[in-house]
Amino acid sequence: MTKGKIVGLEGSFAVAEAVRMANADVIAAYPITPQTHIVERLSEMVADGDLDADFICVESEHSAMSACVGASAAGARVFTCSAGQGLELMHEVLYIPSSMRLPVVAVAANRALSAPLSVWCDHSDVMALRDISWIQMFAENNQQAFDLTTCAYRIAEDKDVLFPTMVHIDGFYLSHVIEDMVLPEEEEVAGFIPDYEHPFVLDPDKPVSMGCYGPPFIYPETKKAQDVAFDNTRPKIQEIWDEFGEIFGRHYSPVESYKMDGARIALLTMGSCSETAMLAVDELREAGIDVGLIRLRLWRPFPFKELREAVKQLDLLVVLDRAISFGMGGPVCSELKSALYNKREDLKIVGFIAGLGGRDIQISEFKYMVTQAQEKVKAIERGEEVETEIIGVREGGGR
Amino acid sequence: MGGEGLGWKDLEIGFVVTEPGNASSYKTGDWRSERPIRENERCIKCGLCYIYCPEACIHEDEEGYFEADLYYCKGCGICAHECPRSVISMVEEKEE
Repeated sequence: MTKGKIVGLEGSFAVAEAVRMANADVIAAYPITPQTHIVERLSEMVADGDLDADFICVESEHSAMSACVGASAAGARVFTCSAGQGLELMHEVLYIPSSMRLPVVAVAANRALSAPLSVWCDHSDVMALRDISWIQMFAENNQQAFDLTTCAYRIAEDKDVLFPTMVHIDGFYLSHVIEDMVLPEEEEVAGFIPDYEHPFVLDPDKPVSMGCYGPPFIYPETKKAQDVAFDNTRPKIQEIWDEFGEIFGRHYSPVESYKMDGARIALLTMGSCSETAMLAVDELREAGIDVGLIRLRLWRPFPFKELREAVKQLDLLVVLDRAISFGMGGPVCSELKSALYNKREDLKIVGFIAGLGGRDIQISEFKYMVTQAQEKVKAIERGEEVETEIIGVREGGGR
Repeated sequence: MGGEGLGWKDLEIGFVVTEPGNASSYKTGDWRSERPIRENERCIKCGLCYIYCPEACIHEDEEGYFEADLYYCKGCGICAHECPRSVISMVEEKEE
């Protein structure tokens, strides 16, 4: 059921098209590699009159998010995007729209953090944003970048949600790569994202105070309310993805699987490298290994239930991290262990780190992870300490 | 302020406050460890304490004296410091 037209689009342009079709009112963003093309394209659209929005040329990412907070508080549909260091500079303000329940939509073109300076992809920037209470999801290709950005508006603005929502697209892998994808009809997208009304907006006729002072006698209550509301967004996210699937024919869920029938071992990935992992699974399956792939689509709120369901039949889960939690190991692996603790005591979980600072992750490396993880399980069973291995990192030491 | 007993289920979405200007009901007087005491005999009613008070909690009474509203006064002592006649002294609050 392909509606719309097939086009070749760069990932950044796919995001910009989604924002245009969502008819955003205010865009405030500061360019940073590898997110720049998104901002440039949106700026062109506004200048050419293709998108009737206010484009605010801010002087930093901190200001970009601040402008989004103000515009969203006034009831506007807003957009921003950033990457790596930009997200770090924005960091302080990211907690504000989520605490104030403002449906800001953002796209992050995932990038490594300095130092050394790297503009290339990894998930260090994502991991620094784990606790900002934004709904966060990962796209694997340009179609998904478009689809998930479209869904982000519906999700964020739903009256039972009202949380800012961020779509993660891997820097360069998606932001700078042209792929064929289906661009839906504008009317259909407009129908899917109707105008919304926030229960409280800045309005002189109905004055309210937002972002108030919260002394100790009330602060914990505000956080409890936020935590419960954030947890309760899960069913709504699935409902909106289901509705998107019915209209546009592409279906999303918090945890997605690939070739999991009869699998005893599974790789777990997030983002663009999931497609490489699929090819590795194909080859391993052909070699007679019962391996599948689990992809975390929804990162926050964490999909505990769906994850536990996905690993039910497994003996071994092999987790890929594209970031290091220094002194702790792989952050995604730590979270998965935490999510499955006391639930599946017989399941072994082995984590690897790869793809730091844009280092490619090859098919052969996913295959290596599966083989090597089985060796590590044997070492764990012998009671040995098993370190988190960074795949392909050179040892040197001969100088 | 009236919000002390509120539970998390009682709060508006995003902790929006729907009563305009309700910050004025927030008692800051209980931050105070010292209170300003004025010696009326030597006070020349110049109003400098009123001007300098960072909390804007000093007001002129019917006799023209400038009185701190202890509901808000944080006891910073700026009025005592600035008084050209040194008629304001800061006295330690005692447990009642």
